[in-house]
Amino acid sequence: MDKVLPFFVAIPIFSAIFMLLIGKWEKKIFPRIWSIITTATLVFLISLIWEKGTIIHVMGGWRPPYGIIMIKDHLSLLMLIIVNVVAFLSIIYSYSYITKYEDYLRFFSLFMLMLAGMNGVVLSGDIFNLFVFLEIASLASYALVGYGVGAEELEASFKYLILGAFASLLILFGIGIIYSVTGSVNMADIARFLINNSGNKAVLMATGLFLFGFGLKAGLVPFHAWLPDAHSSAPAPISAMLSGVLIKVLGIYALMRVFYHVIGVSELILNIFLVIGSLSMVVGALMGFGQDDIKRLFAFSSISQMGYVMVGIGLGTPLGIIGALFHLLNHAGFKSLMFLSSGAIEDETGTRSLSELGGLRQKMPVTSASSVVGALSISGVPPFNGFWSKLIILIAALKVGNIWVSVIIVLTAFFTLSYYLRFQKNAIFGDIGKKVEGAREVPIPMVVPLVLLAIICLLVGIFNHSIISNIIIPAQETLLDRSGYILSVLGNL
Amino acid sequence: MTLYMLNFSLMMVGMYALIVKRHIVKKILGIAIMEYAVNHFLILIGFKKAGVAPILTKDMDLATFIQTAVDPLPQALVLTSIVIGLGTLALMVAIAIRLYERYGTFDMHEINRLRG
Repeated sequence: MDKVLPFFVAIPIFSAIFMLLIGKWEKKIFPRIWSIITTATLVFLISLIWEKGTIIHVMGGWRPPYGIIMIKDHLSLLMLIIVNVVAFLSIIYSYSYITKYEDYLRFFSLFMLMLAGMNGVVLSGDIFNLFVFLEIASLASYALVGYGVGAEELEASFKYLILGAFASLLILFGIGIIYSVTGSVNMADIARFLINNSGNKAVLMATGLFLFGFGLKAGLVPFHAWLPDAHSSAPAPISAMLSGVLIKVLGIYALMRVFYHVIGVSELILNIFLVIGSLSMVVGALMGFGQDDIKRLFAFSSISQMGYVMVGIGLGTPLGIIGALFHLLNHAGFKSLMFLSSGAIEDETGTRSLSELGGLRQKMPVTSASSVVGALSISGVPPFNGFWSKLIILIAALKVGNIWVSVIIVLTAFFTLSYYLRFQKNAIFGDIGKKVEGAREVPIPMVVPLVLLAIICLLVGIFNHSIISNIIIPAQETLLDRSGYILSVLGNL
Repeated sequence: MTLYMLNFSLMMVGMYALIVKRHIVKKILGIAIMEYAVNHFLILIGFKKAGVAPILTKDMDLATFIQTAVDPLPQALVLTSIVIGLGTLALMVAIAIRLYERYGTFDMHEINRLRG
């Protein structure tokens, strides 16, 4: 089944180009249908590589340390599921949402390129290829953030672009240093070299560069300045992709892969993760508290939720990582749900301001119901999924005996609950706002993804045990098994 | 070592322009300079004084080949990274032009409708 892996990258890239070619004759219907078909195919392809353990595809028949490989292990599988399912739902949502804009073609084309880049990052077994795919995904996302070409969209896009390009250069610099030390760009080969020759000062510098670069892509707190602007200015399906998937794949996943598998974690790195994570949780929650714009509120909440994931990873215990990966999965579900419903609300009422909204429950019942489910999940109310992952991270922190982090986790959960209650009180319930009076329920293609995501949030919460034991625990075992990763790629060379 | 130090200072020049300058075009130039520095660093990794092209011909001895040939991999990496840099630069310039149409200025401090 290893022949399937390149198709995760090839299909979206081919689809993007094919769309532009055919688009000369059919600009409106074709790109929408074609991208639904493409993403549905990708979701179907995941079922082919489902229960097969680690799969390695060797490109062009060159053996691993020399040639390029694509590798799917349980961690990649988890990320592939998140990326492609959220992309599929966002594309269905875009079917109606895109009518706001004039140019349909380039939107879907760029979307496909972004998807190809993210699938490539997840499947790459080669650190330079990881960088190339990261750049494909980032470049497409810079353009998509500014898709509305209004003054604010362009400003957000430019800020994101400058910081993103800076981060990419630092990552490339780090890759150069790693290559000069180890003489290889294959991740398993680098890891094998670094296990045998530890204590190199140049690797420490590369560590710092990777932390900065991937940390900026993930929007963690000292590097978060671009995130609220970019996520709130982008079109709603793109916000859902950026917040639900992109910061996880380019930031968190790359950090996990590079630090746990390639460079190897030390006490220092884990402590840095803990500090960055705690800072992100607190700052994101406090900044989200005073926001009036709902999309900015959700964007700050993304920073804070990514903090939970970083804390889980930084604890370094199996339980902490299970919590982190489970929260990653859950956050993809409820945050894309929140951003998609914010798009629906903005579409109908023409405003994103909490003070102008109100009483949406009476005008848009389905959207309101699903966004209430999303808000309850994200604020950690049982039995929704966010509760379980936060609980696991909290228990992991308590087991390690880290009281400070546990206190911060509980406080942030409290803050999250309070500003999502404010969102519900001011937007969903209460008296009908002035701008809400003319609102109607959004078209079917926009409602379906909302309802599906809400059902996913509820089902993952109820069947949390089987999700954790079937998907999360294998991924966690893969992540902690560095020598197993090296062995699976290089064999007994 | 001198080459590496010079290369690093070139990178610092780029970073200075990126962080300190307010003019958008100067920021873009800063990114471009940093990118040249990083590409140059990659080339330096594989560089050998008086090296030959890494093509093994029949009349060549393997041991001297290994000693004299430059490392071809960083050159391949740099080609890729230059293409990526071109894409980034084009997008940056395009957005800068659009920004000028909307705001009528290139000053990053005056382009500040988003905050908070």
